[in-house]
Amino acid sequence: MKYRTVAELVALARQHGKTIGEVVLEQEVQAGGRTREEVFSNMEKSLLVMEQAVEKGMNEVVLSRSGLTGGDARRLREYAQRGRSLCQGVVLDAVNYALATSEVNASMGLIVATPTAGSSGVLPGSILAAGRHLGSGREQMVYALFNAGGIGFVIANNATISGAAGGCQAEIGAAAAMAASAVAELAGGSAEQCAHAAAIALKNLLGLVCDPVAGLVEVPCVKRNSMGAAVSIVAADMALAGITSVIPCDEVIEAMYKIGTMLPSCLRETSLAGLATTPTGQELNQRINKKDQE
Amino acid sequence: MRYNSIFDIIGPIMVGPSSSHTAGAARIGKTARDIFGRQPTKAEITLYGSFAQTYRGHGTDLALVGGILDLHADDENIVNSFQLARERGVEIVFKIIPEESDYHPNTAKVRLSDHTGSLEVVGISLGGGKITITEIEGFRISLSGDSPTLLVFHHDRYGAVARVAQVLACNEINIGHMEVARKSKGDQALMVIETDQDLTDEIIKDVKQIDHVYSVALLTT
Repeated sequence: MKYRTVAELVALARQHGKTIGEVVLEQEVQAGGRTREEVFSNMEKSLLVMEQAVEKGMNEVVLSRSGLTGGDARRLREYAQRGRSLCQGVVLDAVNYALATSEVNASMGLIVATPTAGSSGVLPGSILAAGRHLGSGREQMVYALFNAGGIGFVIANNATISGAAGGCQAEIGAAAAMAASAVAELAGGSAEQCAHAAAIALKNLLGLVCDPVAGLVEVPCVKRNSMGAAVSIVAADMALAGITSVIPCDEVIEAMYKIGTMLPSCLRETSLAGLATTPTGQELNQRINKKDQE
Repeated sequence: MRYNSIFDIIGPIMVGPSSSHTAGAARIGKTARDIFGRQPTKAEITLYGSFAQTYRGHGTDLALVGGILDLHADDENIVNSFQLARERGVEIVFKIIPEESDYHPNTAKVRLSDHTGSLEVVGISLGGGKITITEIEGFRISLSGDSPTLLVFHHDRYGAVARVAQVLACNEINIGHMEVARKSKGDQALMVIETDQDLTDEIIKDVKQIDHVYSVALLTT
């Protein structure tokens, strides 16, 4: 790949008069030895899986194996349909779709890890909601996924996308940055605006710890996915308005990584602190994980 | 660069809930099955570390069994794999070792058997659905399964490696990575050969006919 940083990605896009999504696709073709059509259709397949997961989560009550999560996406949809919600529109839809995807994930349904399974709700939630409201074509949506992939690629290589290594900021934080950039591109924003959107979204989630109850990708992960989607849409809107991130995106990514290394391991996916060790968290852990060892 | 493709970030397509504890587990099971080369009648699975502590909620057990039944990590039937195993007459035995051990936190040991033989594979899940097979039949190796991989079980004799390489060369197959492990000098040995091109049945047949080679398995991606 010819880019290692978000700044390089933006420069490539500017230099060739292309979107970040187009640059990322071309770089993947050059690096991977596959044709443009193959690479594009691979990504289109991911879009289809995302749509199916949202569809399923919105219309069915999908319960997880532990019984901790499921049914909230449909609950939110029914509430939204009554037309009296506070953030009706793209934001609420993004939240709803993200919730749906994360519930499907928790129920062992089919999803796309973006960048991880635990954070798989954010990106589809945001781009499907924004795409529908903007009337984006299918091709544009696929390019938006490449855009998100490019931002995630930089974060994964220069920082981390693992909750065990960097806390939730590395998963939901990375996903929100990816989604913010993708949505900014869908809405016609420039490459620079995409980078600012990503930076603004990630900054808001810096320091977020990974403290899953009973070690499962459910509490608080499912709801954090929907909140990450909301953050990404708001961040995109701010960037599209011309608001810039004072700290450049690559520096925010580096800060995220450093914060991650400073987090004690009890707050990095070990379930030894935070929400996992609240009285309710411990009780749930006893109920779910100990029953099979009797 | 630890990630090389955009599809490491947007992907894999998988059944949830965890890329390490579900998709990775399914891949370990599937890889063991592919090396065994057929459906076993019995599978004994030992879970260590984090796999042992949280397997239930992550469906690690279902995913491993699914893989052993030849299901890919994106097969929605994984959730039904225990029932599927019963229908196909595959006996499943789990052993859970939650105590700390020398094994990597996400380790599964899979022993597959039927009336003609058995095979033991140890795999670890690295995160993001990526895995490494660290042991096959006691041979210590490192196998990612990201490229087509030829496994050649042979007797540790001079020329065996050269002859296998020769067959691949004649068929214009390039070796991307290769390692050889043996239990002791002159004993049983294993070649693990990752190739850049896909291997045909014809090539496998030729490798099988080489002196001192007693078993060959192919892992496709």
